[in-house]
Amino acid sequence: MLHIVNKSPSERNSVDTCLGHAKDGSAVLLIEDAVYAATAGNMSEAKVKAAMPNVKVYALGPDLAARGMSARVLDGVNVVDYGGFVDLVAEHSNCQSWL
Amino acid sequence: MKFGILVNEGPYQHQASDSAYLFAKACLAKGHEIFRVFFYHDGVNNASRLTVPPADDRHIVNRWSALAQEHNLDLVVCIAAAQRRGMMDDNEAKRQGKDASNIAPAFRISGLGQLVEAGIQCDRLVTFGD
Amino acid sequence: MSDEMDMEEGGTIKKFMFVNRKAPYGTIYALESLEVVLISAAFEQDVSLAFIDDGVYQLMKNINTDGIEMKSFSKTYRALEGYDIEKLYVERESLEARGLSEDDLVVDVQVVGAAEMADLMNEQDVVLSF
Repeated sequence: MLHIVNKSPSERNSVDTCLGHAKDGSAVLLIEDAVYAATAGNMSEAKVKAAMPNVKVYALGPDLAARGMSARVLDGVNVVDYGGFVDLVAEHSNCQSWL
Repeated sequence: MKFGILVNEGPYQHQASDSAYLFAKACLAKGHEIFRVFFYHDGVNNASRLTVPPADDRHIVNRWSALAQEHNLDLVVCIAAAQRRGMMDDNEAKRQGKDASNIAPAFRISGLGQLVEAGIQCDRLVTFGD
Repeated sequence: MSDEMDMEEGGTIKKFMFVNRKAPYGTIYALESLEVVLISAAFEQDVSLAFIDDGVYQLMKNINTDGIEMKSFSKTYRALEGYDIEKLYVERESLEARGLSEDDLVVDVQVVGAAEMADLMNEQDVVLSF
């Protein structure tokens, strides 16, 4: 399953709840304000890192760039463009947006 | 692969419609089919032809219309959500006794069943919202 | 198109899950989510509802909206059974984090832990989150 999150972890609990429901082998794509969760020093850094051995974490590059965060991406987070977003949706048998 | 897209937020206020548009373009660029884009909640406001953004900004409404016309996309606005928010096409304006309609080209108003049908018919349904 | 017709006639049944994570009345999402759920019943799909985080507040007993001049949709949850929508899953951790128990809810539900909820989500064809 592909989980898509679009909320900053310091504003809403979507990243937390998503990580709590992402089964081993699933993927999490951070878009819009959720890309902050993929950056060093962010309050959810430890949680994202803890999830990474079992869950693949992706962040949308254009959203990182738009927020001045491209150079602060955590090691192990895969940065994708919109084409990569489409591929992720296609590769996983189902998807969910944690609105 | 056949994709459905659900847009739940209005233009400019939230990035959802922008993300959905760029996702739709990327789908088409990769040769996928977009079965339908469904606009729900405040997302119905993406269909207002009275939208006039500043000249140096993107025109979210026209951009959807143009993409739909170029690729023959089905842009569906939920009728129940639209009525609540003052969005209507010519037929609906007549039926409700209103003096104007405001739906942009290439959008059509229809029922929520169109969203459920998209869920049934599409290989993937991706939601953009708040 | 003929393929789609065949699928319709063959009665494609997909697993639809509606995920509710927002409190009622502060925003319209809970109400408009319920409207999609009711429409989905007409399509004879395998429908379930999940209540997580603040979504559990939608099911509170003793809701009285008279003072805020909004229509209460509390009763609709109890009516779902009549539409053959009987799978209502409420997450135990979300109830506990809010000092609530099953007795506080207006309708019969299945209380499940987060791990079981994750399994349920994982097996869906279409997940709609409002």
